[in-house]
Amino acid sequence: MLTGQLIAAVTTRGSGASRVIERDLLVTRNNLMVFVSGFVEPVFYLFAIDVGLGRLVGDVTGPDGGPVSYAAFAAPALLAASAMNGAVYESTFGIFFKMRWGKLYDAMLATPLTPTDVALGEIGWSQLRGLAYACAFMTVMVVMGLVASPWAVLAIPAAILMGFAFGAVGMAVATFMRSWVDLDMVNLALLPLFLFSATFYPLDVYPRSLQMLTQLSPLYHGVALIRSLTLGTIGPGLLLHVAFLAAMAVVGGIVASRRLHEQLLP
Amino acid sequence: MVARGLTKRFGELTAVDAIDFDVHTGEVFGFLGPNGAGKTSTMRMIGAVSPLTGGTLQVLDRDPATDGAEIRARLGVVPQENTVDEELSVTDNLYIYGRYFGMPRAQVRRRIPELLEFAQLTDRADDKVTVLSGGMKRRLVIARALINTPSMVLLDEPTTGLDPQARHLVWDRLHELTRQGVTLLLTTHYMDEAEQLCDRLVVMSDATIVAEGSPRELIATYAGREVLEVRFPPGHRYAGWTGLDGIGSRREVLADRVIIYGDDAEQLTSAVTHSGVEVASMLVRRASLEDVFLRLTGRRLIE
Repeated sequence: MLTGQLIAAVTTRGSGASRVIERDLLVTRNNLMVFVSGFVEPVFYLFAIDVGLGRLVGDVTGPDGGPVSYAAFAAPALLAASAMNGAVYESTFGIFFKMRWGKLYDAMLATPLTPTDVALGEIGWSQLRGLAYACAFMTVMVVMGLVASPWAVLAIPAAILMGFAFGAVGMAVATFMRSWVDLDMVNLALLPLFLFSATFYPLDVYPRSLQMLTQLSPLYHGVALIRSLTLGTIGPGLLLHVAFLAAMAVVGGIVASRRLHEQLLP
Repeated sequence: MVARGLTKRFGELTAVDAIDFDVHTGEVFGFLGPNGAGKTSTMRMIGAVSPLTGGTLQVLDRDPATDGAEIRARLGVVPQENTVDEELSVTDNLYIYGRYFGMPRAQVRRRIPELLEFAQLTDRADDKVTVLSGGMKRRLVIARALINTPSMVLLDEPTTGLDPQARHLVWDRLHELTRQGVTLLLTTHYMDEAEQLCDRLVVMSDATIVAEGSPRELIATYAGREVLEVRFPPGHRYAGWTGLDGIGSRREVLADRVIIYGDDAEQLTSAVTHSGVEVASMLVRRASLEDVFLRLTGRRLIE
């Protein structure tokens, strides 16, 4: 039923959400450096890996068992990690700040805007930004010769799907946060995900038990999906990754919308 | 606006307990009461941002439960805390707020200079709101509430935390609004604010309404005409409390003084003098809303 409400809201009240996006654009226009830094960070990582680390490592085993250059192996993981980080920071730190500190949403809700408008607008903005970052990063990958297949085009919607999944769960988590100290837990969760989700090395370096544990990591599914797309190793297994991320987005979205409603309109 | 049996509960706590009131078009209506009396909860229900637990409520002839967005479109809201957008300038705050109401860009831009003028912030138009003083932020929030040319403005403690000059400036702006025929609903815990601004008010205490009327009517009904405040030298308080029995129509014993109500202050003064009670000082004054409040709730409003 909630999904039905969400769809109805998207179609009839899209204009409300677009006003929330307009506000975020206005703020971004005043803080362009913050916006640019979100793109620059993964590109710096990529240069470091291509020029430095990649020379030392040489080739590694790709998803299809064949050899690929280390930079081509790591680049899609950086794209996935940046999609995750962007969505999570926006939905946790960003939402927490605006809701509890800035009381921004209280001001919005005194107007004809509804909690659904606010939620859709914030998610929409986060996704627009994610889209811009993903396109820019893909361009860099193409220029550096790290894209092996036309399937790579689908890596951009895959990054957006990751944004929905991590953004929805992040938003749900943010509604349970009470103080800035709680937000440190977010960093504590993100770092191991970033390092151990078969991001910088293939999954098969782990023993069997750790491999299974890693497959529970949502970032692992994002990395595996995007890596297969940019390297062109396409198979039905990819749909499993898509399903995992989609399930995250739906469950997170339902919890977030219910919690936001309770908290914003007591 | 009509409220009947209006009730709000948060779990075990009853914030508003079955209150009735009417607000007429064009008047200034006040909710007077201490913190925690239920004023803000009432305002939030009227503002269609908080569902009722019980009773009925009509705002601008509509039901907030079903027509929330339509009601909010015609209201201006000045919340207790200044919910300005700290990441935007003064002008952009007004601009984006107008956009939240769905106003066309050109129309919002036309309206901004008038509102800056109204709030006396014209020379701060391009400043970030973070550098504004408390009084300026308050005036910005009031101006922002007017962007949609509302029929009714809700003000939750409009001058709490402001210095005296800033308060007078805000009052002056609110008087200007009433001259334009806008209905104002405000909450306050300041007596002088209620007397200054309200045509009619209700006194709230512990989630209920304990009195209703114009400031003048309330004073006449509950306080009488004149008041004598008597203070005692250190060590003589108890004697003072008991020795003044029978003087005036009513007495209120506070920690530091006794307040005696009556119609003729001269008569009260001479009665106290003849009672033989040792007195440090006596002060005659006109009865005020504070006396009404004291009588109705048995405590002072601002401790």
